[in-house]
Amino acid sequence: MRKLTGLKVPGALLATLLATSAVMADPVDDTLTINGETEIVVRTAAPEHLSGAMSEIMSGWLFREDDTRIMQADDFDNPGMIFVELAEDSWNMAEGSNGKSCADCHGASADMSEVRPTYPKWNETAGEVRTLEMQINDCRTNQMGAEEWKYTGNDMVNMTALLASVSRGNVVNVAIDGPAQSTWEQGKEIYYTRYGQLNLSCSNCHEDNYGNMIRADHLSQGQINGFPVYRLKNTKLNSAHDRFKGCIRDTRAETFSPGSPEFVALELYVASRGNGLGVEGPAIRN
Amino acid sequence: MKFSVITAVAAGFVASAAFAEDVAPTAVAYTEGAVSQSLTGIPGDPANGRVILGDNGQGNCVACHQITEMSDVPFQGNVGPMLDGTGERWSEGELRGIVVNAKVMFEDSIMPAFYKTDGFIRPGNLYTGKAADDTFGPLLTAQQVEDVVAYLVTLRE
Ligand code: HEC
Ligand code: HEC
Repeated sequence: MRKLTGLKVPGALLATLLATSAVMADPVDDTLTINGETEIVVRTAAPEHLSGAMSEIMSGWLFREDDTRIMQADDFDNPGMIFVELAEDSWNMAEGSNGKSCADCHGASADMSEVRPTYPKWNETAGEVRTLEMQINDCRTNQMGAEEWKYTGNDMVNMTALLASVSRGNVVNVAIDGPAQSTWEQGKEIYYTRYGQLNLSCSNCHEDNYGNMIRADHLSQGQINGFPVYRLKNTKLNSAHDRFKGCIRDTRAETFSPGSPEFVALELYVASRGNGLGVEGPAIRN
Repeated sequence: MKFSVITAVAAGFVASAAFAEDVAPTAVAYTEGAVSQSLTGIPGDPANGRVILGDNGQGNCVACHQITEMSDVPFQGNVGPMLDGTGERWSEGELRGIVVNAKVMFEDSIMPAFYKTDGFIRPGNLYTGKAADDTFGPLLTAQQVEDVVAYLVTLRE
């Protein structure tokens, strides 16, 4: 069922093809089943709040090359799964002054499959929208008496990969109303703001031009259902906030920092654009 | 695409290549999106313009545009229209206006303004992600714009 046409076209030939045909840039028509058993929703109807903007939402997976997509369909071939295993050790390891592990409070990591799909999420006690990273650090400091992890550090990104991996098969479902609404509105505002000397917004590339080529890059919808993603380019797991930072930097703008209130709001908004897509992390991208 | 999706200009080059006689980015005069006056008074060099269009460290116009005459340059994008024949569709002044600031001609265009220094939100220092400092200049120098325009007028079907 996977199309293997177009694999490994030599550079010069590919260039000519690109110059003559835009059709090559369309997302593929393909389905993703991981390990032959877990079906991932990679394409579905857009959530209602996107009406007028787009009718269908698509995972970045559909915009990648055949070999990259195939690699993600089997955990043995997915380089991101090594980091998931590291995080599993960390899940079960007692740390901090209270001598507790994540497992002591939460049980098996596999029981956490309802978590990733709903984050970022309003936290009533704290009175704020929290990303998964913020919640993990809250557990570390308040429940375990352990040190905070760096927001985009290895320990943190590995742990978010573990929590994503156990949620595969479920779909993204973040709440955007109620107390989360004002944060969501702030994220939306950022999404449509044209930053930097190149004067580009997220929507310019990922809403108006997905499917098109920008130089050698095939523009996707910029969805975050696959995060953290293992990038073949830097051979490590990358968090959503690192990706946001890279995209804003590429507009020749002064970026925001990972973990900043701006990026937390942007994450909630971007996640909500993917409400209905399958959790895919750790996905593979170039 | 780590550092430059679209264009990168060495800051030092911009600073040293700004001549007093050049029309300043803030002083460009438009007539319905066109800029009839040369920015430098020196005729553009189409061969150099061609290099600028294809170089991802300079104009990198091919990030968004395909140009058959430049098919030796790999990975041409398709975010913008194909530029074949653009020299027939537009006058030299119109082409200059489009390169200087396409948003005057095409409202809300995604095409960046290549000779403009003000009005940006959170402008950065090249592709560092840091705030712009006093080396901040336009994406292309006045003469680079002239070179690009000189090449564009040669694009005829
Ligand atoms: C100049 C064009 C451009 C702009 C502006 C831009 N991006 Fe991107 N973005 C890209 C490219 C190119 C890629 C890599 C290919 C792809 O997945 O689209 C990418 C990838 C992504 C991805 C990874 C998707 C995946 O499946 O791995 C996310 C998430 C993303 N962008 C979010 C954003 C957000 C949020 C903003 C605004 C803050 C933004 N982008 C602005 C060009 C851009
Ligand atoms: C980020 C994308 C982008 C980049 C980079 C870009 N352009 Fe454009 N350009 C466009 C779009 C889109 C249009 C169509 C006008 C519109 O609707 O916005 C356009 C229109 C044009 C036109 C008019 C086309 C015609 O024949 O009707 C010319 C000429 C042009 N661009 C030249 C250039 C040159 C020269 C550069 C580099 C110095 C450049 N562009 C860089 C997106 C881009």
